[in-house]
Amino acid sequence: MKVKVEEPIHIEVEHIARVEGHGNIHIGIEDGQLTECTWEVVETPRFFEAMFRGLSIEMAPLLAARICGICSISHALASARAAERALQLEIPPVAQQVRLLAKHAETLQSHVLHLFFLVAPDLLDVDSVIPVLGTHPDVIQMATKLKGFANQASDLFAGRTSHPMVIQVGGMTKVPRKSQLSHLYKDLNKIIPTLWSAKDLLKTLPLPNFERETEFVSLHGESHYPFIGGDLISSDGIHESEDDYRDMTNEYMVETSTSKLCRLSRDSFAVGALARFNNNAQWLHPVAQAVAQELELTQPSHNPYHHNLAQLVECFHIVYESEEMIATLLDSDLTDYRIPVQPRAGFGVGAIEAPRGILYHSFETNDNGIIVRSDCVIPTGQNHANIQHDLLALVPTLAAAGLDETTISKRAQMLVRAYDPCISCSVH
Amino acid sequence: MKYLGIPIEKPKVGFFGLTGCEGCQLQIANKEETLGDLLGAIDVRNFRLISSDKQDDYDIAFVEGSVTREDEVVRLKRIRAQAKILVAMGACACLGGVHNLRSRFPLEETVQAVYGEHPITSGPVRKVSDVVAVDVELPGCPISKPEFEWLVRRLILGIEPKFPQYPVCMECKQRLNSCVLDMGTLCMGPVTRGGCNAVCPRNRFGCWGCRGPAEEANFTSLVKILRDHGFSEREIAERASFFSAFNGIEAIPTLEKADSA
Repeated sequence: MKVKVEEPIHIEVEHIARVEGHGNIHIGIEDGQLTECTWEVVETPRFFEAMFRGLSIEMAPLLAARICGICSISHALASARAAERALQLEIPPVAQQVRLLAKHAETLQSHVLHLFFLVAPDLLDVDSVIPVLGTHPDVIQMATKLKGFANQASDLFAGRTSHPMVIQVGGMTKVPRKSQLSHLYKDLNKIIPTLWSAKDLLKTLPLPNFERETEFVSLHGESHYPFIGGDLISSDGIHESEDDYRDMTNEYMVETSTSKLCRLSRDSFAVGALARFNNNAQWLHPVAQAVAQELELTQPSHNPYHHNLAQLVECFHIVYESEEMIATLLDSDLTDYRIPVQPRAGFGVGAIEAPRGILYHSFETNDNGIIVRSDCVIPTGQNHANIQHDLLALVPTLAAAGLDETTISKRAQMLVRAYDPCISCSVH
Repeated sequence: MKYLGIPIEKPKVGFFGLTGCEGCQLQIANKEETLGDLLGAIDVRNFRLISSDKQDDYDIAFVEGSVTREDEVVRLKRIRAQAKILVAMGACACLGGVHNLRSRFPLEETVQAVYGEHPITSGPVRKVSDVVAVDVELPGCPISKPEFEWLVRRLILGIEPKFPQYPVCMECKQRLNSCVLDMGTLCMGPVTRGGCNAVCPRNRFGCWGCRGPAEEANFTSLVKILRDHGFSEREIAERASFFSAFNGIEAIPTLEKADSA
């Protein structure tokens, strides 16, 4: 697109703030032409896939958690599931339920962190949450209550918010006592009004209008809104089994990124809350569906800034589904939550909807249950190429609209931030 | 803010991440009920994870992660030159952490295993004190927010922080936990520094040494106890090498030795 701007524009954002990890944005416009527009991932590689080799498969969820401080519960769950599928173990239903509740707690705390602490400052036009403490204490109070509850639930179901030790191959080391569950149930009901107020507030904050037709990839919901395991789908009509995840990811490498990138039917695709919403909204809790309608978020949305709205809708799904699940657990026998693990040779895949999108771990073990090969494909790694292509489409429209350098830079950063990237995760 | 009626100057603080998961920095933003108090007590000059406002006039630097690339050495030296107090934060910064699990393999082979022939720059895994002088080590994987706040209070008031040197067992007993060793779970608690409130044994998972060795720990005796409980050399080695907390301690089996035995 030919743009009107006459003054050359040079934007260099080194280590973009309010995202997890290290990434840069480079934008150049000269004589009305886009000379550069790059999303560069400079995070230092950690080589987790090399580290796993030679360790017992039982260590996998513990090490995998260290891939990410924010979504460590998802990493532990993906590894535990991959290991259990490699060893052909079926964990008890109570363990499955508690794992989903741990997953919900993590997603809630991650979404609230993102919406209130990382995104809201942009919408209120400040640098960080620190000035918001002074100007909008009510906003912080809401975020604090919601996140405090999510942290409390993570502690109860996973042992702690980061790097859980409760999630083990074969089940859980422990599950909550009923007295703890009923206490949490009461606390959950106390934060429901806060969640509705949060919705009222976020509804008033303006998100930019920008659309780019995109392919969306997620787990495939067959009877419920999926978070743990199952088939994989793309909005372009591709359907694969969990074991064939590599056919969905097609990793490749470029010079501008220490993270691997992914593609499927087009140059790029998106994963995350918006992908889940676009592919599975019919399975959301009815309350969450009503909230989506009120927020005017309709299936499918191709506005990447709507990741934020989809996260808010998911918060409702999570809270209301957790309420029902805790009520069910309170009426269940909670004694059976772990099975013994026998080493064997095998291959297993674990696909999990982490807060930022679908996450895959796979392991191959030898007869002694020692890991001989591992692979992790991270949500943000799948989103990087899409961020790049969104930027390429977005920046010329902003320049053509005559926006100044500062505004273009801010909108570009907001776009990256909308994906809630977890960059160190993507360079695991 | 006042202490004994005397106004206290807010220290200028920066938070930085090297090679790691940013989980320690996240803990700081994580305990919401005290976040306001914390941000009232310090002047945050640089904290990329939560703020676009970056200033380089900090007095205290909290550094998370291990050092694995040359650009990190440069950054770290710059941080050291600026900061009056440098705090290494978390197991990666204090010990090298889980990243050292890749030090079992030659670097070239590690890069090749993950990236194939694609050119990627990396180096050996180092802890922060391998590169610059460290004033305080805040241990744990991840760090604990209450302990971080305790440390900040001490730094503001100019009191030397003294971390617990006794083993995790001490706190485990205080919490009246059943001994996980007796429940058949491997535990490094007897030789690992406490201060974590025995969070892992509390959750029925044995300690794995993220805070580093306790003072006057009897490693030989622990290894004997673990063997007597039926744990294999490999199991002990895997657990002990996880955070590289016990590397170089003669009595503790290593993965290489366990596998060649």
